[in-house]
Amino acid sequence: MRKRILILAVILIIYAIFTLGMKVGIIDDYIKLNILLILLNIILATSLNLISGITGQFSLGHAGFMAIGAYTVAVLITLPKPLPFYLSLLIGGVFAAFAGLIIGLPVLRLRGDYLAIATLGFAEIIRVVIQNIDYLGGASGISDIPQGIDWTGYYVIAILTIIILSNIINSSYGRAMVAVREDEIAAETIGINTTLFKVLAFVIGAFFAGIGGGMYAGYFGFIQPDIFNFFKSIDILVMVVLGGLGSLSGSIIAAIVLTIVSTLLQNVPAVRMVLYSIILIIIMLFRPQGLLGKREIRLSDILSFQRRGV
Amino acid sequence: MSTFVQQLINGITLGSVYALIALGYTMVYGILKFINFAHGDVFMLGAYIGFLAAVYLKLNLVGCLIAAMVFCALCGIIVEKIAYKPLRNSPKISILITAIGVSLFLENFMQLIMGADSRVFPRLIEEKNYHFLHGNIVVNNKQVYLLIITIILMIVLNYIVKNTKIGKAMRAVSQDMDAAKLMGIDIDKTISYTFAIGSSLAGAAGVLVGLYYNTINPLMGVLPGIKAFIAAVFGGIGVIPGALLGGFSLGIIETFVSGYGSSMYKDAVAFAILVLILLFKPAGLLGKSLKEKV
Amino acid sequence: MKFGKVFKRVVVFIAIFTLLVGSCLLSYSKSSSTIKLGVNLELSGAVAQYGQRALEGIKMATDEINKKGGILGKKIELVIFDNKSDKTEALNIATRLATKENVLAILGCTTSGATKSAAVAAMKYKIPIISPTATDDKLTLDERTGKTKAYVFRVCFNDSFQGDVMAKFALKTLKVKSVAIIYDASSDYSKGLEKNFKVAFTKGGGKIVAEEAFAKSEQEFSGILTKIKAKNPEAIFAPVYYDEAGLIIKQARELGIKVPIMGGDGFDDPKVAEKAGSKYANNVYFSTHYSGQDPDKKVQDFIKKYKQLYKNEPNAFVATSYDLVYLVADAIKRANSTTDREKLRKALEDTKNFAGVTGVITINKYHNAQKAAVIIELKNGVQVFKQKINP
Repeated sequence: MRKRILILAVILIIYAIFTLGMKVGIIDDYIKLNILLILLNIILATSLNLISGITGQFSLGHAGFMAIGAYTVAVLITLPKPLPFYLSLLIGGVFAAFAGLIIGLPVLRLRGDYLAIATLGFAEIIRVVIQNIDYLGGASGISDIPQGIDWTGYYVIAILTIIILSNIINSSYGRAMVAVREDEIAAETIGINTTLFKVLAFVIGAFFAGIGGGMYAGYFGFIQPDIFNFFKSIDILVMVVLGGLGSLSGSIIAAIVLTIVSTLLQNVPAVRMVLYSIILIIIMLFRPQGLLGKREIRLSDILSFQRRGV
Repeated sequence: MSTFVQQLINGITLGSVYALIALGYTMVYGILKFINFAHGDVFMLGAYIGFLAAVYLKLNLVGCLIAAMVFCALCGIIVEKIAYKPLRNSPKISILITAIGVSLFLENFMQLIMGADSRVFPRLIEEKNYHFLHGNIVVNNKQVYLLIITIILMIVLNYIVKNTKIGKAMRAVSQDMDAAKLMGIDIDKTISYTFAIGSSLAGAAGVLVGLYYNTINPLMGVLPGIKAFIAAVFGGIGVIPGALLGGFSLGIIETFVSGYGSSMYKDAVAFAILVLILLFKPAGLLGKSLKEKV
Repeated sequence: MKFGKVFKRVVVFIAIFTLLVGSCLLSYSKSSSTIKLGVNLELSGAVAQYGQRALEGIKMATDEINKKGGILGKKIELVIFDNKSDKTEALNIATRLATKENVLAILGCTTSGATKSAAVAAMKYKIPIISPTATDDKLTLDERTGKTKAYVFRVCFNDSFQGDVMAKFALKTLKVKSVAIIYDASSDYSKGLEKNFKVAFTKGGGKIVAEEAFAKSEQEFSGILTKIKAKNPEAIFAPVYYDEAGLIIKQARELGIKVPIMGGDGFDDPKVAEKAGSKYANNVYFSTHYSGQDPDKKVQDFIKKYKQLYKNEPNAFVATSYDLVYLVADAIKRANSTTDREKLRKALEDTKNFAGVTGVITINKYHNAQKAAVIIELKNGVQVFKQKINP
């Protein structure tokens, strides 16, 4: 119990520090924007980690689900009678989850690289379809979406995402998902419905990707199908692998590190992407299991003075 | 009718392009079981080497092809040694990420040193058009070259894998790396050869595609790379004639989708077909399905 | 021992935390002896070819102005960033330029999507953003209210003007009644031109017999061209960029399609003729900003100088970006302030009859550049001035 209160306190203190910083102006709008990007990337990376890290199903389709969430929100909050932002966001997440269900049922029978390519294919199909719907702005997208969310919303949703995902992972569902990752056949023999858990992980991951997409539309104000191309999916996958497959805290750290690296590389415009790719290769060579591997760094471990059990 | 035949010709040409890249893809995948994401970029590299050889060294087509194949083979070996070999025992996904890193590096490095703007590939051969049926059907001599070279390379590759000593080693490594090692096969050497051959094929493809479309740019390998992978899966990954079959099928399907449906959806259709193939015939058209060991 | 381990973790935690905040806090010395102009361009990634060319034009014009002593006694300092052809990054960089780098105005981006994303920041921080080449009609207008966006400008004409020009040209000069369209459905530029051409052409009594779309980085057009050939149009309209344009012309001619092929300013690059081959680059017409054959001294000097500097032929991206810097410089002079963004915005709005390489530019109330378009014909691969069309 003491632990929980401590964690809550830390969450609130961090929130207070940042909010104060923004009010006073120590954190200017440029930093704020990048903090929001980090929070967004945390949501996307941790949710993909549930699919790819915990359940072991390599998906390259996260950007597709993001697109569904983003477009749903953009349409719903710009209707003649607009829906409230957070309701739209929820609907966006549900739509994305539904798409995850429809795609997941057939596709999750595949394995490994095949699954990666098939999910990539579906994400591209989603993008091409949106691109061809004139109501959604076609290739030129939707601009001037009213801002429906700010720092507080981003922070709260990111924290909620982490809490929900870590609760799932630590539940019997989560252990079943890990079992599917470790050995599908063995999992099946001990009575785990592997299809159910694979699809479940996929649907939950898609839901949060949809939420992430909706948050993007609600703050960044402009969306275009091109934003959700397969490079975006790869970006997110890179964060997950870099942080460590199956480690939520790893995904969080990787999201922070990679976003900062990308921001720092802004200072070398000509070679930024070349350096980025070299950094990526070097990190993978030195930490092929990711920064944290399968370990978790828990906030409670850092805070409490007890020795952490392994 | 003439439109149909013309579309078929267009499809076979496009299919040759996919098949050429898929040959190298299928080989590397067949032996190492990982998607070499950078394969499409090696293909791009080959196109640029051919371009430089033709412009600055004034080499002819054969010279350019050899230059590109040799350079890409070296490049493939180096990339494998630096980026993939240290990860041979790591999770496959780590190698995939490294491959993505290599792919990003090659693309951006080329954008940096050669400029992002596309280049016009020199006309290394005299263009000729052959007309049939009162000019309703047109075949270009470059299309013929493309097709013939693709088939020749496929036969050569098949011969290497099936009938030579190194080919035998490759097949052994692909079946069981540890067992192959116990039998005295030099794994590193075999994998180097695999990358050398696969990459040199990509290099040759780069030159030929550059010649055919006479346009090259640093990102030219991204989409064909993915398409070639689809083609390889389609035909049965690891099966060399399968790459050819998959490439032609994909090329013809795409052309017919754009010819009789909408060009916008041809990528979507390509992916949809991939998913269907994987669901109903996971080993591809010519592949043999293996039972999972418990 | 126990304490040491915990301490280590706390240190790691704090280190990450400070890295996060600290890295963003890197501030840069502000000098007031220069006029800082932000450059937000696609220097790497999918459309780097446009950004890299635009940067050449911007740098060339800036050097010229600085050599002549700058504006209002101050030299221009370019603060250049690469947005990786990524829309989110375009907004990120625009925010950085507006808040952290404290520039007077933002130059860029080359594509409509990235510019629209960057415009969100421009509107928020009240800083003028001027695009050299973004042509989407909706770029300078608010999608909700339809009003002109106060801080968003461009120095090129928009899609509806160009679509109109080419439709009129097809009807009146080429005297064709049926046209087939090939466009890139993944590009807002291409789609915008296609839409506007279609409206103007059908209004004038023409008929669209076929409409074929493809997606970016396509190289194989023979499938759709074969289909178009069967429909026998009197002309083809292909609002695409030069990479695809050269291939479309070549593949069409190889298939025996001999009708005129028309395009927009995306055709304005010597590569079109090179790729198509001089044998095939015939009977091709496109609208663009200026003609290399224009005897005007300004134009000829620009071309000569560019060739000397970059050993290459200038294209539309270079020319409009070159004009962009001079137009902004002119506005700064009229605003008589090197720091006031609001005054610059007003001055930009008041731009009238600015004589640039790409024509005489007036910024209209929609913040579009109003200027004449020229129509160029390709004859055996050579650009020949065909006619001038005033707005």
